[in-house]
Amino acid sequence: MSTFEFFLQGLSVAAQPMNLLYALIGVTLGTAVGVLPGIGPALTVALLLPVTYKLDPAGSLIMFAGIYYGGMYGGSTASILLNTPGESASIVTALEGNKMARAGRGGPALATAAIGSFVAGLIATLALAFIAPFIVKLALVFGPREYFALMVLAFVTVSSAFGDSTLRGLTSLFVGLTLAIIGIDQLSGQTRLSFGIPDLLDGVEVTTLAVAMFAIGESLYIASKGDSEPDKIEAVKGSVWMNAADWARSWKPWLRGTVIGFPIGAMPAGGAEIGTFLSYAAEKRLTKHPEEFGNGAIEGVAGPEAANNASAAGTLVPLLTLGLPTSATAAIMLAGFQQYGLQPGPLLFASNPQLVWGLIASLLIANFMLLVLNLPLIGLWVRLLSIPKPWLYAGILVFATLGTIGANPSVFELGMLLAFGLLGFAMRIFGYPIAPVVVGLILGPMAEQQLRRALAISQGDVTALVMSPIAALLFVLALLAIIVPLILRARGKGEVLSQLAANED
Amino acid sequence: MSEVPSSRKTRRPDRAAFIIAPALIAAAAVIWWDVARLATTSTYAPIGPATVPHWVAIGLVILGVWSGFEAWRGDFPKREAVAIGPVVWLVAGLAAQMLLLRPAGFSVATGMLFALTACGFGRRKLWATIPVGIVLSFIVWVIFAKLLQLSLPAGPLEHLFF
Repeated sequence: MSTFEFFLQGLSVAAQPMNLLYALIGVTLGTAVGVLPGIGPALTVALLLPVTYKLDPAGSLIMFAGIYYGGMYGGSTASILLNTPGESASIVTALEGNKMARAGRGGPALATAAIGSFVAGLIATLALAFIAPFIVKLALVFGPREYFALMVLAFVTVSSAFGDSTLRGLTSLFVGLTLAIIGIDQLSGQTRLSFGIPDLLDGVEVTTLAVAMFAIGESLYIASKGDSEPDKIEAVKGSVWMNAADWARSWKPWLRGTVIGFPIGAMPAGGAEIGTFLSYAAEKRLTKHPEEFGNGAIEGVAGPEAANNASAAGTLVPLLTLGLPTSATAAIMLAGFQQYGLQPGPLLFASNPQLVWGLIASLLIANFMLLVLNLPLIGLWVRLLSIPKPWLYAGILVFATLGTIGANPSVFELGMLLAFGLLGFAMRIFGYPIAPVVVGLILGPMAEQQLRRALAISQGDVTALVMSPIAALLFVLALLAIIVPLILRARGKGEVLSQLAANED
Repeated sequence: MSEVPSSRKTRRPDRAAFIIAPALIAAAAVIWWDVARLATTSTYAPIGPATVPHWVAIGLVILGVWSGFEAWRGDFPKREAVAIGPVVWLVAGLAAQMLLLRPAGFSVATGMLFALTACGFGRRKLWATIPVGIVLSFIVWVIFAKLLQLSLPAGPLEHLFF
């Protein structure tokens, strides 16, 4: 069957009434949780994972797609109205969006964000559908050493290429890799770092780690700042609709944002925030109203929001075709796949095409639902934003522990949750990024398997790893991704990189 | 790593950050010690379950030395003051939930977590927040354990109704 037929088949799967309902629940929950201040898409997906535990794989992945897109949208709503971007990908949106909201133009800001997200999501999801089969074909010629090289590249870009310190990024990554060793070795069946504790034999759960580091670590961090003034929410005054001038100034940034965001998400280069910064810079240079930038320029909301969503769809390219998560959100989604025994990658396209294409199609549907749902419900989201901090964080911790208890109601698991929460808190205090830990934990065992297969084929000869041209090229890229930022930072040009920090998403 | 960091204006050796270096090297030592018993059991292959842990341990040692060096130069970013009180409340809430989950069931244990967290964020009226937390947790329990069939431990309170 051709790609197009698969895609149509996926649409018919996603359009079944039950699946539509799952998608609707997903986008609603995703937006509701994503809009809460301080909760980014990664945490939204991790918190809502337990809701999907009892569904069939197709239904739960469809709900997942909705949660993912809903979480992204909710995050941008929060940053426009509250100016406390919980996720790094929304920082740029907050720059101009909050200024617009203060000037009483919060409605059009939210509208251009919503429609821009829709346009970008639509184009990027279609691009995903058409690119995926080619990458799958490419992936089939990859051997273990090429996979290993690709994972090393992903490790490096996620941990050290962006952010303010190579050292701290790499340290975070190695914390994740250390945690990944815990449990039964998949190839030899021997236990490692389990210290005779039965609960550790299965290793550390990705969702437990992600929830602990993001939800509990963040709550502890916010609590440790002591009493601060409540954040000011901008009321949405006037019409939420955009006028003709808004439309005229928005459509080009949407398209440019999509073109910038999608490739960056699709490359193993970390989260969505890089694209948003590049898009903002591009809009600032191209605008006919340079005086408005910094005071609420609609282009500065439209472009980065589109880039944000396009790169979110882009990160699904390596995730679905190669099984390679390049952001914390993708890592948690991979954990969601694994809970059904599904391993994303080229084989999944062959063995379970209905599922993959159903997921891609439901991304389109979720995208459309968000557009219909979000603008009318804006009043509800605003009310969610105004939950006082004590209740908000009490609720976050209840739901964070709920997921862990639901997955494994053991005291030991809750103890791990607390321990990793404290670790995440300490890492935040010292300025370590969190995402590399999560990516290291889930990608570590996969990289180890590929490495050991590659070394088994070469009979232990390490130099064979770089003897394939593709693998050698990927290793060179990985090396550059470590060295170039080190040089840039040494020459005092590190601010640009630290702005691009891939912290949350 | 839990030492209270103090803000410094000049670049001086960062004493709190100095704990990170030995912690990383200690983690490397634990890995090395733990996989030592594996290395002896799989001599038939040049690479085995101990290979990657060894690489990770070496990486941790390098990062540990590097961290020590940066801490000594005071290169770590400046830290904001940490209020320990609220953190203790939150940790107490999580610990209370952990310990009460089996004997008292989900609602009571999670209600305690709710109330103690709210307390950490400034709502000190525990006599009011604990019942509110238990009622909310009970509603959550009904939704997730009964409707979504998640296995949340039931206690006396849950058995009273179901």
